[in-house]
Amino acid sequence: MADVLVYVDHMDGAVRKPTLELLTLARRIGHPVAVHLGPGGADAAKILAEYGAVRVLTSDAAEFSDYSVVPKVDALQAAYDAVSPAAVLVPSSAEGKEIAGRLAVRIGSGIITDAVDLENGDDGPIATQSVFAAAFTTKSRVSKGTPVITVKPNSAAPEVAPAAGTVEELAVSFSEAATGTKVTVRTSRGSSGRPELTEAAIVVSGGRGVNGAENFVVIEALADSLGAAVGASRAAVDAGWYPHANQVGQTGKSVSPQLYIAAGISGAIQHRAGMQTSKTIVAINKDEEAPIFELVDYGVIGDLFDVVPALTGEVETRKS
Amino acid sequence: MKYVPDATGDRHFAKDLTTDRDAVDGLLSELDEYAVEQALQIAEGRLQEGADAEVTVVTVGPEDARDAIRKALSMGADEGVHVEDDGIHGSDAMGTSLILAKAIEKTGYDLVVTGMASTDGTMGVLPAMLAERLGLPQVTCLSAIDVADGKVTGRRDGDAASEELEATLPALVSVTDQSGEVRYPSFKGIMAAKKKPVTSLDLDDLGIEADEVGLDGAWTEVEDAAPRPARTRGTIVKDEGEGAKQLAGFLADQKFI
Repeated sequence: MADVLVYVDHMDGAVRKPTLELLTLARRIGHPVAVHLGPGGADAAKILAEYGAVRVLTSDAAEFSDYSVVPKVDALQAAYDAVSPAAVLVPSSAEGKEIAGRLAVRIGSGIITDAVDLENGDDGPIATQSVFAAAFTTKSRVSKGTPVITVKPNSAAPEVAPAAGTVEELAVSFSEAATGTKVTVRTSRGSSGRPELTEAAIVVSGGRGVNGAENFVVIEALADSLGAAVGASRAAVDAGWYPHANQVGQTGKSVSPQLYIAAGISGAIQHRAGMQTSKTIVAINKDEEAPIFELVDYGVIGDLFDVVPALTGEVETRKS
Repeated sequence: MKYVPDATGDRHFAKDLTTDRDAVDGLLSELDEYAVEQALQIAEGRLQEGADAEVTVVTVGPEDARDAIRKALSMGADEGVHVEDDGIHGSDAMGTSLILAKAIEKTGYDLVVTGMASTDGTMGVLPAMLAERLGLPQVTCLSAIDVADGKVTGRRDGDAASEELEATLPALVSVTDQSGEVRYPSFKGIMAAKKKPVTSLDLDDLGIEADEVGLDGAWTEVEDAAPRPARTRGTIVKDEGEGAKQLAGFLADQKFI
């Protein structure tokens, strides 16, 4: 089997879950070689090795934090040149997709975005995608060059598979384009203590029915009782009740959790595009005719201000 | 100075597993409306300063992609460029980005503004691929943008941090739906749009060989496309005081609690 490059998404060495999923998928088609850029490489290597990385290529340079996107493309290309992989896997974050897109142009390879599954085929990896607001499932492969594939969070359950995880310093020459876009200020987003929306196994979302920013505590309480992330419909975000970073839908995040609970969300196509690949869908809505009920595995017609707090209470009771 | 947003529209698969656009009216993709809006605001700002500014809209697609151009012209863009050619059919992200890059180069620009993602297929990669092909700084996924003194600055909201970015023109920008409200075309704008020029280009005009784009030039192949089975509606209960308990029972059965 050949090597497969896996781009590591991390916060100062804390490896994010989608990367572990990628390592699991990479093992289906080859030997995972992780590429870790920025600080914390040594710490990251331990968990990367635990989940199957046979090698970890590291590089830490000021360019990665001082400039936007391109220095990371330069580094990933250096890794590509050094390893000659059978494929390059990148998490489907906004930045991940940009890195993947530029890399594909540089190395002259096809790119597949937002894959939700990966398998080995006779002519290389075959990627599964959900497209057209999840109305279609496609299987695609790259027919020219080395496959560059971005993979959505929650596409695979990370599997522990201890490997050597040998750490090697990656030599990177930054291109002239690397300093094109300067990061003049960076403000970290405070952590809510909840799971990342796109990575969460359970998501609880509130919509127009929540009827005010102050009422989102009802949604948050249910999410916290379930260890879930909090989402919001576009209507709620546009009304200023919840941050855009939590928006689920066509112009927000696309989520595919094990369980999606929609409270006070009508289920417009715009929203459904972002959540209808969830494994189990539950909706709570006063309107019996709400389109969201067409998608549900379980629905409750009722006032969310009665049902959601009561459900939170039930969950807490059953936990103890 | 010209600002060049791109637009796209689509849906369905045709027999050769490419996107079948025949059955769908072209429309200005919602995310690209924000790009047009921001391009117009930047141009208006320039005009108010007494500088020259012009907004050109570029799109690639079949005949009805012109509807997208007309919409942008109605909003206030100055002219349109439409790349149309049978040979484009079946192009993937590599092919589409090549066509767009050539069209943009031919049109000329100081700033390229794109939506942050297409809502049809190449989610989120096209702006970066264009920047790579054009050799431009990318200032992307912006929720706020400003152009002054030969520089573009903007705010990029990521999962982990918010970043203020800065690049010297010429540059490529993509904007999100958080970048500002999109105006509605006025009646006057709709009437004016009818007189605005729309240039048609084909692959020959762009110096692109047939085998570089389209199905033959595609770098990816769709091997199978199947409609996802519609989700069958599950159990729905009316809450008469017991709804939460019933739902909790369902979640327990599913082992979520």
